[in-house]
Amino acid sequence: MNLVTALANYWVAIAIMMIGLYGIIAKRNLIKQAIALGIFQTGIFLFYVSMAVVKGGTVPVWFTLADGSKHPGPYDNPLPHCLMLTAIVVSVSVFAVAIAIIINIRRSYGTIEEDEILAIEAGEGPGT
Amino acid sequence: MTGHLPALLIAVPLIGGVISLFLRGRFLPWAWAQIITTAVLVITCGLVEAVLTGGTITYRFGGWPQEWGIAYRIDALNVFVLFIVALIGCVATIYARYSVDDEIPSDRHHLFYCIWLLALVGLLGITATADVFNVYVLLEVSSLTLYALIAMGKNRDRRALTGALRYVIIGSVGASFILLGIGYLLMVTGTLNLPDMARQLAAMPEAARNRTVLVAFAFLFVGLSVKMALFPLHMWLPNAYGSAPSAVSALVAATATKVGVYMAVRFLFSVFGPGFTFTALSTEVGDFTFTCDGVLLVLACLGVLYTGIEAMRQRELKWILAYSSLGQISYMVIGLALLNRDGVTGGIIHLLNHALIKGGLFMAAGCAVFALASQRLDDLNGLGRRMPRTAAAILVGGFGLIGFPLTAGFVSKWYLVKGALAAGHPTVAVVLMLGSVFALVYVWRVVERMYFTAPAADAPIPRRLPLSMEVCTWFLVGGSVLIGIAGKPFADLAGRAADEALGGHALMISTPATPSSPQAVEP
Repeated sequence: MNLVTALANYWVAIAIMMIGLYGIIAKRNLIKQAIALGIFQTGIFLFYVSMAVVKGGTVPVWFTLADGSKHPGPYDNPLPHCLMLTAIVVSVSVFAVAIAIIINIRRSYGTIEEDEILAIEAGEGPGT
Repeated sequence: MTGHLPALLIAVPLIGGVISLFLRGRFLPWAWAQIITTAVLVITCGLVEAVLTGGTITYRFGGWPQEWGIAYRIDALNVFVLFIVALIGCVATIYARYSVDDEIPSDRHHLFYCIWLLALVGLLGITATADVFNVYVLLEVSSLTLYALIAMGKNRDRRALTGALRYVIIGSVGASFILLGIGYLLMVTGTLNLPDMARQLAAMPEAARNRTVLVAFAFLFVGLSVKMALFPLHMWLPNAYGSAPSAVSALVAATATKVGVYMAVRFLFSVFGPGFTFTALSTEVGDFTFTCDGVLLVLACLGVLYTGIEAMRQRELKWILAYSSLGQISYMVIGLALLNRDGVTGGIIHLLNHALIKGGLFMAAGCAVFALASQRLDDLNGLGRRMPRTAAAILVGGFGLIGFPLTAGFVSKWYLVKGALAAGHPTVAVVLMLGSVFALVYVWRVVERMYFTAPAADAPIPRRLPLSMEVCTWFLVGGSVLIGIAGKPFADLAGRAADEALGGHALMISTPATPSSPQAVEP
């Protein structure tokens, strides 16, 4: 039981990653694959952010409180948050590139179903 | 000035890439890219000289102690890879002038050269950096730009789109695995700096029994295998290389997977260390002992055989070359997994040799595409008479793939076979030989078409090739022959890089953490 409650954040992160990974493998619609990729990466963000948490920790900002005590006491590790800001930007760019390519595929092949595209390519044989 | 070369290496193409967005027309963006890539090559030569005379360079951005800030670390191993990337980048840009003119609409040239330069930023950055999160970010910079560059082949061949999308999906999953692996390593070591991480892992008692370290290793191993296209995680590569614009194929085939192999060396040898990766991780199941080098050797040997057979079945020149690239990457992995100096030297010198051979061959294929607007073998009939110089370049490059004496391929094969025998793996030596036989078959299929088949009666007359395209092709093909004839200095360089790979970890973990005084160059 302890394994479930104490590590709940990791279970959730891993579950989200696996949902995404399943989608990438199982879905034949290219847009759904791109979305699944986004879900997979979101799971990773959650993993990083939850690993930064310190029990009772607050924001890692230096300031003096009204009673003269220095803040912070225990504070969360800010490094993983910074890393994830970058990773979120990367993830958005990947999604944008994927969507741009899918739009071009739709224009060129007339479909975004992977099976139909493979059938068209197999019918064409080697191109020029 | 020379102290800041590692930063300039990245800053120059990064700023140059953004500036090229504002240039218009066909000539200006290319000329600008040419200036930038030449500058990068000059900077890299400066770094080569500095490392060979002065030893490892550590550059700390902002003067922060390297445990806190971002540091670039350039040693005998990665300066070798940097040189390959910068050289190919410069030559491929010269080549790109007319090839890109032909294949990309002229209103897109400034965008093309922008991402072309950014791709170089990514590839150079991954190689130079000593910060693992930087590795991930720059890996994504290079991947994102390569996806876009490959997709630009759509005007000639619409399969470039599906190839690029498959590369996006598989490549992003691979990069995400690397990100996860880095996350687990951050959890146990609390640092992102590569030497510091190596030090912490080495100091950790029983690291090989630590579940978190093991999971980190597993994610990194799979992610890196995707990025270097190790069998059986290679399926994204053939379509992406086969249908990309010609100049892009030459650049990507000669640099991207090499950088992947370099990253694998960095993580397996430098961060985890040979002692951890290849000894402590061994698991006994019954009478059989699984080791990491054993797994790599088996996968790479299967890769050599499988991709050799696939290459024989292809009906288009660039697809043959793409499958052949997979086999050649397997050679490099074999060399590294042999774990002795000859084997690792062979693997590392093959990075350079294959970059020259395959870069030259993809350029030759690009010449054929330029002149004939086709890369199908059926359309290459009689190429030996119709385009004698291009056909000869394909022939000489093909000899290099086979590993014929007096070509660069022979030098690598020599070291690899020597390493395999010294390591007591005669089977691996046999696989290396079989790989050459397979290469002989698929190269022969092309040679037979070019020299012993009459062209169809209605075969088009080839367009005249621009001089720059031919010169670049022959520069790379000729370079590979030069290494085959006088390979000693290059083999010595690769030997130094191999020493760095094999012994660098011990040195890294024994050096104490750097003092916090800002200082650009470490003695």
